[in-house]
Amino acid sequence: MEAAPSPGAAPGSAPRAPLVIEPVRGWTGGVIQESWEYRELLYFLIWRDLKVRYKQTAIGVAWAVLQPLLAAALFTLVFSRFAGVPSDGFPYPLFAFAGLLPWQLFSYALSESTNSVVTHQQLIKKVFFPRIFLPLTPVLAALVDFAVASVVLGVLLAVFQVAVTWKVLVLPLAVVLAMLAAFSVAVWLAALNVKYRDVRYAVPFLVQVWFFATPIVYPSSLVPEQLRTVWALNPMASVVDVFRWALLAAAPPPLPALGASLGVMLLLLAAGLRFFRAVETTIADVV
Amino acid sequence: MSEVAIRVEGLGKRYAVGGGAPYLSLRDSLAALPRRLLGRSPRKRGREEIWALKDVSFEVKQGEVLGVIGRNGAGKSTLLKILSRITRPTKGRAEVWGRVGSLLEVGTGFHPELTGRENIWLYGAILGLKRHEIQKKFDEIVAFSEVEAFLDTPLKHYSSGMQMRLAFSVAAHLEPEVLLVDEVLAVGDAGFQRKCLGKMEDVQKGGRTVVFVSHNEGAVHRLCSRVALLEAGSLVYCGPSETAFAKYRRCWAGDLAHGVLRTHSSSIARLERVVLLHEGVSASAVAPGAPLEVEIQFHVFTPANVCAEFLLRDERHVPVGFCSLGLLGWCHGTMAPGLWQVRSTLACGVLAAGNYTIDVMLAEPGVRFFDYLEAVLEFSVLPVPHEDTGWVFSQKRGQGCVLLNPTAVIGPVRLSQEQQSGRPAAGDAVPLRTVTAANGSEREDGA
Repeated sequence: MEAAPSPGAAPGSAPRAPLVIEPVRGWTGGVIQESWEYRELLYFLIWRDLKVRYKQTAIGVAWAVLQPLLAAALFTLVFSRFAGVPSDGFPYPLFAFAGLLPWQLFSYALSESTNSVVTHQQLIKKVFFPRIFLPLTPVLAALVDFAVASVVLGVLLAVFQVAVTWKVLVLPLAVVLAMLAAFSVAVWLAALNVKYRDVRYAVPFLVQVWFFATPIVYPSSLVPEQLRTVWALNPMASVVDVFRWALLAAAPPPLPALGASLGVMLLLLAAGLRFFRAVETTIADVV
Repeated sequence: MSEVAIRVEGLGKRYAVGGGAPYLSLRDSLAALPRRLLGRSPRKRGREEIWALKDVSFEVKQGEVLGVIGRNGAGKSTLLKILSRITRPTKGRAEVWGRVGSLLEVGTGFHPELTGRENIWLYGAILGLKRHEIQKKFDEIVAFSEVEAFLDTPLKHYSSGMQMRLAFSVAAHLEPEVLLVDEVLAVGDAGFQRKCLGKMEDVQKGGRTVVFVSHNEGAVHRLCSRVALLEAGSLVYCGPSETAFAKYRRCWAGDLAHGVLRTHSSSIARLERVVLLHEGVSASAVAPGAPLEVEIQFHVFTPANVCAEFLLRDERHVPVGFCSLGLLGWCHGTMAPGLWQVRSTLACGVLAAGNYTIDVMLAEPGVRFFDYLEAVLEFSVLPVPHEDTGWVFSQKRGQGCVLLNPTAVIGPVRLSQEQQSGRPAAGDAVPLRTVTAANGSEREDGA
């Protein structure tokens, strides 16, 4: 029994604010509220991603271990042994693996989110849900692979007898930074791919170029001084450096570079979200 | 309860059509860049705008079932898409009170690699069910879908019927306060459609608000208290379903040049003229029991096995009778090119009073349609009372459209000894008289 039912209320229920459907909405456009409302769907989308990813594979989730491990082994052979690339005094396999960890998250998120909107066009036309979940799902799903690979890193640290310092506590922050970098680019690619199907062919190449533009197989110290400023604009460069700093107690990235990377990320993200919204509305409208 | 559940005010939706492919290649865009920089946007060329919805306003009260009807492209689906937030309006606003569930298509979001069980969770979440709700209703959903045995089989091994059933079971357990449904009932077999309709009625009885877009007049009549009629994006009527449908059919009237829904057409044959006659003159009303005379003219362009067929529909657009001139053995050969005329008489016994429409089609019977004009003929059967009893057989009574012509043998039942105990049993009736209703005549048995 309600003590004082307000006039005009439906019997037994408090007066509620209606859901308002209007042409244009503000900057955030209620996306945050919608996403919160649909958070369980996000969980299921990630869950589906993980379920589907390793269906019909013989070794399943072991791929999450094998991929970075084999890559690190290969890089050790080619870059360290053959080419003699330095690794700031750390054992090269460990050095490469620490860089590969965030990179795999980044590249997986990029390649998976590119097609995410296009492959879900039917769903977009028939069901309402926050569309931003589509490029967001691969970014979050990549975390699982990341977690598995992290265990391998722990083993490697033990094998090479590298002691972790208090700096490892920064790792969660570094992961968030890596996800932010991945998401800010993923949003762009997913939206661009809707307009220009060229994107999906360009992405593998983009990922490859980006890989070499990021100090994964080589240390940042190898980058010529005059190029450092340009390098700092690559968010992933700072992310990798932060990872190595946290895990191996390597030299931290200079603060201005970190700030520049963060700035680039946030700018990319803000503009990307805006662009994504513009594209997203047209998908449902194409009849 | 007179709370408003949905309020729509001046809703408008503009689409840009033409003037570019739905998606471009980067090269096209780059090629167009110089011109765009010079301020001459190539997009403007050939770009046309259409208003799929124009200034639509209405209200739906809580617990009300509103039907939305209209021809293809009238804006029904757009309206539903806006209300379910799939697309945003260009103008106006809509307010919805309560949790919205929308079923614009059943089964979108299923993943073929996942099992039936996994898909229930996924699809439930896509439809907006919360995890604990799915958990609570999981067994019910499985039981309703009748696919228990295959619950752990990947969906790709399911038949389409099974997928449909599973999808609908999940959808049926969505318990929103406002339900938006589009044409879902158009798919599936008759049994499945019945199940869907039954579920919809449950929803309605549960006091929830429903907006139901459909071409299925029978279903709309059965479920909806009020019907909104959309025409070319505008709301032309919103009120009792009888009136709405009358207006809906009126917008079909007109000659063949425009206004008639041609659901199939081909370059082989084409209907040019369709007239309903009564004793040789064009008619729009007939007495019960009178045969229908239909005269059609059609062009045959390519030699083919062309045959005329007719489908009679009642007031609710439900098919109630069919006739193929193929039954006459008329078109066993190939029709030569040229203009042909056919006048045929269709005896349909006694039809209930009310309005009817006839679909006229040219077809190769049982194989394909060459031309199909939906509801091209309209007529009504006059409410003529029965001579002796004064009774009027009308569609409104819900007793169907065809008066069955009875013959009865009537007499007392003579019971044998062991049947005396009172239990009625199959006995021999002593035929006293036989009655036939056609002419109301009676005759003594054996005469």
